Amino acid sequence: MRHLLLVCSALIATPASAQTIAITGGTVAVGDGSVPIENATVIIRDGRIASVGNNLTIPADAQRIDAKGKWVTPGLFAGFSRLGLSEVEAVEQTNDTIARRSSFSVGIDTADAINPRAKAIAVSRANGITRAVVAPAGGNSIFGGQGVVIDTGDDLNPITKTQALQYVEFGEAGSASAGGSRAASFTYFRNAIAEALDFRRGRERDDLFLKRPDLAALLPVIDGKVPLMVMVDSAVDIHRMLKLKAEFPTIRMILGGVSEGWEVANEIAAAKVPVVVNPMNDLPDRFEALSATQSNAGRMAKAGVSVSFGQIGDFDTLQIRLLPQYAGNMVALNKVPGATAMSWGQALASITSHPAEMMGLGGELGSLKVGRRGDVVLWDGDPLELSSAPVAVWIDGVRQPLGTRQDRLRERYKRPNEGDLPKAYDR
Amino acid sequence: MVRKCALLAVTLALGACAANKEAPKTASTKPAEKVAAVNKDPYPSTYKAYPGQSTVITNVTIYDGEGGRIENGSVFFSDGKITSIGGAMGDSNIPADAITIDGTGKWVTPGIIDVHSHLGDYPSPGVEANSDGNEVTGPVKAEVWAEHSVWPQDPGFSRALANGGVTTLQILPGSANLFGGRSVVIKNVAARTVQGMKFPGAPYGLKMACGENPKRVYGGRNQMPSTRMGNMAVNRSTWAKAVEYKRKLDKGENPARDLAMETLVGVLNGDILVHNHCYRADEMAQVIDMSHEFGYKVSTFHHAVESYKIADLLAKEGICSAMWADWWGFKMESYDAINENIPLVHAAGACAIVHSDDANGIQHLNQEAAKALADGRRAGIAISDEVAWTWLAINPAKALGIDKKTGSLKVGKMADLVLWNGNPLSVYTRPDKVWIDGAMMYDAFDPKKRPVSDFELGQPGEGDVK
Repeated sequence: MRHLLLVCSALIATPASAQTIAITGGTVAVGDGSVPIENATVIIRDGRIASVGNNLTIPADAQRIDAKGKWVTPGLFAGFSRLGLSEVEAVEQTNDTIARRSSFSVGIDTADAINPRAKAIAVSRANGITRAVVAPAGGNSIFGGQGVVIDTGDDLNPITKTQALQYVEFGEAGSASAGGSRAASFTYFRNAIAEALDFRRGRERDDLFLKRPDLAALLPVIDGKVPLMVMVDSAVDIHRMLKLKAEFPTIRMILGGVSEGWEVANEIAAAKVPVVVNPMNDLPDRFEALSATQSNAGRMAKAGVSVSFGQIGDFDTLQIRLLPQYAGNMVALNKVPGATAMSWGQALASITSHPAEMMGLGGELGSLKVGRRGDVVLWDGDPLELSSAPVAVWIDGVRQPLGTRQDRLRERYKRPNEGDLPKAYDR
Repeated sequence: MVRKCALLAVTLALGACAANKEAPKTASTKPAEKVAAVNKDPYPSTYKAYPGQSTVITNVTIYDGEGGRIENGSVFFSDGKITSIGGAMGDSNIPADAITIDGTGKWVTPGIIDVHSHLGDYPSPGVEANSDGNEVTGPVKAEVWAEHSVWPQDPGFSRALANGGVTTLQILPGSANLFGGRSVVIKNVAARTVQGMKFPGAPYGLKMACGENPKRVYGGRNQMPSTRMGNMAVNRSTWAKAVEYKRKLDKGENPARDLAMETLVGVLNGDILVHNHCYRADEMAQVIDMSHEFGYKVSTFHHAVESYKIADLLAKEGICSAMWADWWGFKMESYDAINENIPLVHAAGACAIVHSDDANGIQHLNQEAAKALADGRRAGIAISDEVAWTWLAINPAKALGIDKKTGSLKVGKMADLVLWNGNPLSVYTRPDKVWIDGAMMYDAFDPKKRPVSDFELGQPGEGDVK
């Protein structure tokens, strides 16, 4: 039965803590772009944000956490990553980011590959990342498959949302996987849609490019139930993507990469397409990124584009923890003449509420608003500052362990010389 | 991603990036005529300091780069040199025509020195035609010189200057080979030629590489080395030849010129400094023994993610470690990288350096130092901000053999300095102005003081803030 193959995205309910927690007296940044609230309290009850503000009445049964002199934010939300898809990037057996030799493409489901015990998940959690978009990479096809949203909790159930997006590459990367020209990537794309629509109508064909799981997974994308994350960088390619969106108006598009987005920022804003960028990308490292600048994110935001930050490019399985540093750098541009900066609140929103909204989860995650899930980070200072680190992290109201394997190595080698027994006995 | 090719040292992409084509034979690969005296500087620096104005920066916080800190201080430089430095300066010492800059709320530091860059030999755009960092046609290529690959029009140089405050950098060959070739130390000054950037009088370096990269590249072709023991065997055979070549030279014989041997003899004579890419502690220990076996010294282990495991040994040997703050896990030999590597090495009394190996990373080495410092403090390692700045200044200068000339704000040294618009260990701070040999090469407030490479002229984004 063909319709049994149809998929739709699902939000996974997580068992939440029943405990009531009151984090009192901290500087609270809600994550929606607003200015942080001094001396405020956050109350988490039944795994969700129960109240936020000054002078709250603290329930008698609440566990109190003193946040005086500390900062409180929503759990950080990476707008792009490949977190959980590799343990050691260059050790192929542990790397599930890309299925180079697979016959499947659109139908590949990242949910089946996430390793919640990948060390990078623990490292991300210890650095305040509680949720991340995880996308596969394109192998034999311009399509990489279905991405997910995960949490970084210390358990074996990492998936927050399945079929959260479909990943497709255009530009130079898409050209390469489509056979060597940008034109071919468009032909590939349009043909895939035509095949999926035929498949829906029950037309049997024997010259299909895509396989059944691919066609089934493409239908909810065509219907706008699953967003299409399009990786594209040059202003020309972005412009062309927005035209493609007009050609297929039911498709819900997210643009990723977008190195030259600032040149067509008004167009992106008018199309109401959210973007996810690595905001530090300021080198003309490809001919499709000639005008890259750190002012890209600020200029798009100023034009009204919803901008999220992600770890796009190198270290997308490992260094999700750098997002607050990126956000801080966008604020730093306030002091650089001619640059377009972000406000502190905007920069934080790019790693909290904006990515949540981009994934259709703004009502659930990404901010410390009442009713949102209890993803909360308590920091020992300004969360965007280099010297700061989390002192406590909750996911769905559950306090998380923050230790990492690296901590163990550090403790073993704090004094490198050996004692009465070899280092191997020191633990 | 394209950038992975530039990193080369760090990812599987190496094989894909590394061209398999044999290099065309050129005259320089043939033995030359016997000559009595070899010109040791055939591609001499033509760099000359650009004109600068006598300048005094007042009311400023100073990190001198050697661990010193002056609050509310002044630094005066003229004729390309640091003239005086200290507290509030008497007007009598300052000529009337000197420019005075009020540094209230700002910081002055020595210009940052990056000992590990591939700007120019893996430039932007990272297309195959520009990929000139690894001579991957054999594991021993001591005869190649990075300066013959460096493209002075790499747009990365200007970002390193304006965003990073980098005034001096060492460009290295890549790490595909055991012997990668000679490095070149340059001033971060735009020029038409590499000679126009070369740091006058800086010693050459020799790039060597341990571990995964050489054995993967050549093992993948069923060539030696395909193992770590193969790496060491090829290294030792090569050093044995170099020792023999040196013996002939020392006896006054005139062996046929051999460019590779000339470089290696330069190392054995102490004129050329060894910069050894090496991740694992046990491999660094092997290299140290090898250096004793053949009589040379390793200046610096690069990447050195496990230096913290042998920090005592590195301190005893007087070897620097050039490290990232937090790169980890991208390959097996980086699996044990920890954030406290830099502060632990420092705390053991060994020489610690923050390096980039990356065209983005070189734009925020100050931030990398700040992260390492904070992680160290959290682990109970007390290091002051001004002492941490040695990781970006005098320590890399020592590693490059240029510490008598630059790397700290001491009277008589090159006026290579950065005025930061706030605390340089904060994420919210950027360079206001950068001087190299006393010439202002970047000014955030003057778009005309923003270098634009030939490649960027007439392109979208020309002259924009980056």
